[in-house]
Amino acid sequence: MFDFLGIPPQALFGQLLLGLINGSFYALLSLGLAVIFGMLNIINFAHGAQYMMGAFVAFFLLQFGIGYWPALIIAPVIVGITGIIIERLFLQRLYQLDHLYGLLLTFGLALIIQGLFRHQYGSSGLPYAMPAQLTGGHNLGFMFLPNYRAWVVVLSVVVCFGTWFVIEKTRLGANLRAATENPTLVRAFGINVPRMITLTYGFGVGLAALAGVMAAPIYSVNPLMGADLIIVVFAVVVIGGMGSIMGAILTGFALGVIEGLTKVFFPEASNTVIFVIMVIVLLWRPAGLFGRAA
Amino acid sequence: MAQITEQADIRPRHGLAQWSEQIAFAVLIVFLIIAPSFIYPVLLMKALCFAIFACAFNLLIGYVGLLSFGHALFFGWSSYVCAFAAKRWGFPPELAILAGTGAAAVLGLVAGAIAIRRQGIYFAMITLALAQMMYFFALQAPFTGGEDGIQAVPRGYLFGLFNLADQMTMYAFVVVVFLACFLLIYRIINSPFGEVLKAIRENEPRAISLGYKTDRYKLVAFVLSATLAGVAGSTKALVFQLASLTDVHWTMSGEVVLMTLLGGLGTVFGPAVGAFIIVAMQSYLAGFGQWVTVIQGGIFVVCVLLFRRGIVGVIAQALRIKL
Repeated sequence: MFDFLGIPPQALFGQLLLGLINGSFYALLSLGLAVIFGMLNIINFAHGAQYMMGAFVAFFLLQFGIGYWPALIIAPVIVGITGIIIERLFLQRLYQLDHLYGLLLTFGLALIIQGLFRHQYGSSGLPYAMPAQLTGGHNLGFMFLPNYRAWVVVLSVVVCFGTWFVIEKTRLGANLRAATENPTLVRAFGINVPRMITLTYGFGVGLAALAGVMAAPIYSVNPLMGADLIIVVFAVVVIGGMGSIMGAILTGFALGVIEGLTKVFFPEASNTVIFVIMVIVLLWRPAGLFGRAA
Repeated sequence: MAQITEQADIRPRHGLAQWSEQIAFAVLIVFLIIAPSFIYPVLLMKALCFAIFACAFNLLIGYVGLLSFGHALFFGWSSYVCAFAAKRWGFPPELAILAGTGAAAVLGLVAGAIAIRRQGIYFAMITLALAQMMYFFALQAPFTGGEDGIQAVPRGYLFGLFNLADQMTMYAFVVVVFLACFLLIYRIINSPFGEVLKAIRENEPRAISLGYKTDRYKLVAFVLSATLAGVAGSTKALVFQLASLTDVHWTMSGEVVLMTLLGGLGTVFGPAVGAFIIVAMQSYLAGFGQWVTVIQGGIFVVCVLLFRRGIVGVIAQALRIKL
């Protein structure tokens, strides 16, 4: 086989795949953040905690004999419902206030959720077995492709573009976008905007939980699995600009791949490369790659 | 646009009210003098360092309306530089603190220049991301000692005269540093410069239309806030003779937000009160492990939902005085 800049192809493509996996999670999480921000004007700091909850709910379901496939649906629904409760109880009281209060409140919620899970389960990880259908992998000649990782990338692409399609191309999405622009006018047309806002938050949280279920077999299920991840996703969101759904998706995947490549060529910088890119983008295009100037 | 700070109605009703700040300041000084006789001095010094940190943070959120979620960057890195200067270069304490503070000022200039390019929520996310980036540098850089941090930092002799290894001398020194920072911040927010900052907080486009270069004002305020956070971090490194990753981690940024929010955003005394309460709570609840995090999260939720003025803000409102 050929070597690329002295890097064996196995390592290169292996890291590229890992990057694509991370990118899948970045895309799903930043998509959820963008959807929530578009409708509620709130940055959901609890997103990382809700991602973690998704993984934990999948883990609990397994204790009741409910496997990975049903969990893929059930866990996001359960976590989404907790999101709806949070929106009804807390967030809806903040819409008239400065956006920063939403950030502070959801930060507090993230601390509560993570603290409770750590109290109960410690900070070491719990194992979650891969579904039997997706164990093993294929040898593609230039690299070994584990089935589960391929599945994660494919599912994430499908979910992301499905969400994009619903928001940008359907009547429901048109109502949603209209309500983002001018909620008063949309209400005058007889559309229940507050309910729409609640469901949107539930949906965004559900996306985070879905990412959590998908992550469970790869990373161990751990109360802090979302804590540092959410900060990276914030940087992704700043780079992409939150105005565009497609922007959030593409930036998420692209940055995951770039991070993977950095691990090959300059491993010391792999933790920081996304933040460095954020700085460069801010200096060059303050509104973000896909954002509109405020 | 709604404001992050809610101003108390401050029309004075009685004669003493116009002296409220001076009276509160006198009470503070009396408290700091008698406190060591019944509170462990190290705990007091910790609270005072965090009080400086929270007051510095409040300068930004309370008076310019900028929520920085990355102030641990300045706190933590100044404590690394101070500890390194004192231990490896053998700097006396006053120069070590100066070195840490200078480092924080430089970092504040760079981070501020990047972060003020966006407003509101983005500003918070950018500062958080920058702080996280520098956290990873601290984790990997050789001179920070990684997971171990820099331990056994010598306190040394202040100006070659006062032995800071003595607990009460150190305490007196920390009190002086705190009061100096406190009065400096008080002076800043009551200066013409401070008035411009408040104008930017209330209505930035209008301040621009009046001819103020608001970006420049915001940057200066950011650097001042970072520098004072640097004083806090450096002092803390000497008090605990330790600089560690905890001080650069995002949880530290969250804690300073919590202290300021609990005490009262945009109040003079609020951040110090908040810092004392949170430090006391952490110390008394230390045995409860993760419940401390849960309680802190709960305080966030309660403060945001029920009393956004914070403790001092509520008192000031009830008594119709300025605090």
